[in-house]
Amino acid sequence: MKAIRKFISGDDAVAEAVRLASPDFIAAYPITPQTVVVERLSEMVEDGSLVSEFMHVESEHSALSACMGASAMGVRTFTATSSQGLLYMAECLPYASGGRFPIVMMNGNRSVALPWSIYGDHRDSLSQLDSGWIQIYVEDAQESLDMTIQAFAIAENAEVLTPVMINLDGFLLTHTYELVEIPEKDIVGSWLAPVDNPYAMNFDNPRNMGFSSQPSDNTEFKYQQHKAVEDSRKIILETEKSFEQIFGRSYGGLAAGFMCDDAEFIIITLGSVTGTCRTVVRELRKEGIKAGLIKIRFMRPFPTDEIIGLTTNAKAIAVLDRDISFGYEGTVFTNVNSALARTHNDILKMNYIAGLGGRDIPKESIREIFKELEEGLTTRPDKAVKFLNLNVETDEKYSDSEDNSTQHHREGVLLWS
Amino acid sequence: MSAVGFIYPQLCFSNNAIISTFPGTASMLSGVAAAAKAKGYKDYHVLGIAGDGGTADIGLQALSGAIDRRDKIIYICYDNEAYMNTGIQKSSLTPFGAKTTTTPPGKNIRGTLTVKKNMFEIIAAHNIDYAATASIGYVQDLINKIQKASLVDGPSYIHVFAPCPTGWGIKTDETFEIAKEVVDSGLWYLAEYENGEFTLNRNPREFTPVENYLKKQSRFRHLLEEDIIEITEARDRKWERMRRQWNKN
Ligand SMILES: Cc1ncc(C[n+]2csc(CCOP(=O)(O)OP(=O)(O)O)c2C)c(N)n1
Ligand SMILES: [Mg+2]
Repeated sequence: MKAIRKFISGDDAVAEAVRLASPDFIAAYPITPQTVVVERLSEMVEDGSLVSEFMHVESEHSALSACMGASAMGVRTFTATSSQGLLYMAECLPYASGGRFPIVMMNGNRSVALPWSIYGDHRDSLSQLDSGWIQIYVEDAQESLDMTIQAFAIAENAEVLTPVMINLDGFLLTHTYELVEIPEKDIVGSWLAPVDNPYAMNFDNPRNMGFSSQPSDNTEFKYQQHKAVEDSRKIILETEKSFEQIFGRSYGGLAAGFMCDDAEFIIITLGSVTGTCRTVVRELRKEGIKAGLIKIRFMRPFPTDEIIGLTTNAKAIAVLDRDISFGYEGTVFTNVNSALARTHNDILKMNYIAGLGGRDIPKESIREIFKELEEGLTTRPDKAVKFLNLNVETDEKYSDSEDNSTQHHREGVLLWS
Repeated sequence: MSAVGFIYPQLCFSNNAIISTFPGTASMLSGVAAAAKAKGYKDYHVLGIAGDGGTADIGLQALSGAIDRRDKIIYICYDNEAYMNTGIQKSSLTPFGAKTTTTPPGKNIRGTLTVKKNMFEIIAAHNIDYAATASIGYVQDLINKIQKASLVDGPSYIHVFAPCPTGWGIKTDETFEIAKEVVDSGLWYLAEYENGEFTLNRNPREFTPVENYLKKQSRFRHLLEEDIIEITEARDRKWERMRRQWNKN
């Protein structure tokens, strides 16, 4: 038997990957747009294609808490959630990473309330960026499947032992159907080594876990945790390489560049909007504009060196953030900016806040971003953060700050306040 | 436990042990139990201990879920009738009248206004395989119940009454006596729930005076005569119902 190709959604692809990785323990609680994963896995357990202890928990907090209990026993564990569910398990996120439990979790990226929205953006997972988890962002259903399998290999690696969160854009990816190659279970089984956690509970050498620390030790625990995530870069690349050797697919490490070698204007993305941006970059190249694209695949560990390397010839970059850290800027931008501050202080860096709560990011707007980058080289806007296609009056100054209409808006707002 | 016996590098258990999040005792136990099953272990017990706050308040949801799933866990509620780690705040298992730092008795309010949540029957209402109440004042009874729980092929719950000298205003060497007296005065009871039936394990013909029990503890010292009457009447109503509806042995 060979790999088969099936027309399935992103959620289905994750469920297929979980079936192939065959975790001993799964606990999950339904939430749109992740629900399909939980349903598929339940069906697989029912029909026997997945042999796993599947726990119907009463909340996300319990889902991750139970995963920690199971992981402490040294078995492979999986959970999945989204948005409010991710926030509801927030207490358990640093607990899982600090306890060095190699749990794999799928997160269907969804806006966080209020206002309620079941549609996608990255505020949910980015709000947990500092929780100690490795964070992967994928672009399509095939990458979802491939990276879910790789996530187990990365998390469970004895040098890493850190939980991995794999993020799929809600609806745009979780519910979009694509042709996906599903590898054979035996082949995945022989590629993915069984969990062998030397620190797990066992009867011969009992473990006391989840302990307290004193000020004299706490920093050292945190440092080791930091080091493990830093060092996971090597394991991530090795995992990708060996996966490619067997399955023939790879995605470009922690950050994948597209036409970046000589690119003067680069857009930086996370997740499914990458496809649209790639199309625009291709079009612009035909028009003679030196456009490029960086797709960030891992937000933790952060691809600092990759981004510095890919922007060598850049004059201006735009980070497309599907999130906003209120009162500052997009979180991806903050991270990119910090990386580039080491070497690229002179280039123009813009931050576009777009696609919040499921809003479409049209091709034309991305073309517009590239245009603004080019113009920005002369106008040098003093404000980096711009909300794309904003439908509300604003007194914010952008590159067109001398424009009369902006002036008018500003007065309008003043009248109201 | 996390505050006293689990501080790196002094880890005090010679068996496998883990501290959960505060709300997560039952859910973490469930995960351990499921993994033990997945590993095909045969001879093992999965036991968890949580406080009254961890059980009846913040962890009630996870506990309810675990019992509902019939996970094979032994859950012990260590009931010292308040949040003691954080310095004596009221929980839903703090009894009527008790003084805590969040229910300070004064001119307007005389301590805790709510009555102790009926956890034993809430747990029993899940149709749990085995549930029991106990007190550290009746040690043999407690040991018997833990032994019984260990034989159950499903969830079991033991609610243990355990005085806290600092939180209650008693001397350390009075702990045992108070834990016995609470049962003898009828303010706590020893019971079991099994096969859908309740059984009173101890049914005293006569109670010792409620007042004696209360007056020994500084947390009740502010109570007025009318409060003590109210507590006594509530006790009598509870016993009247238990004696009428439950088996006795
Ligand atoms: C989510 C969360 N909220 C609050 C706390 C703070 N906290 C720690 S122990 C505790 C009270 C514990 O009370 P109880 O369960 O009765 O146990 P006891 O200390 O009395 O033994 C609280 C509120 C916490 N650790 N986690
Ligand atoms: Mg307590």
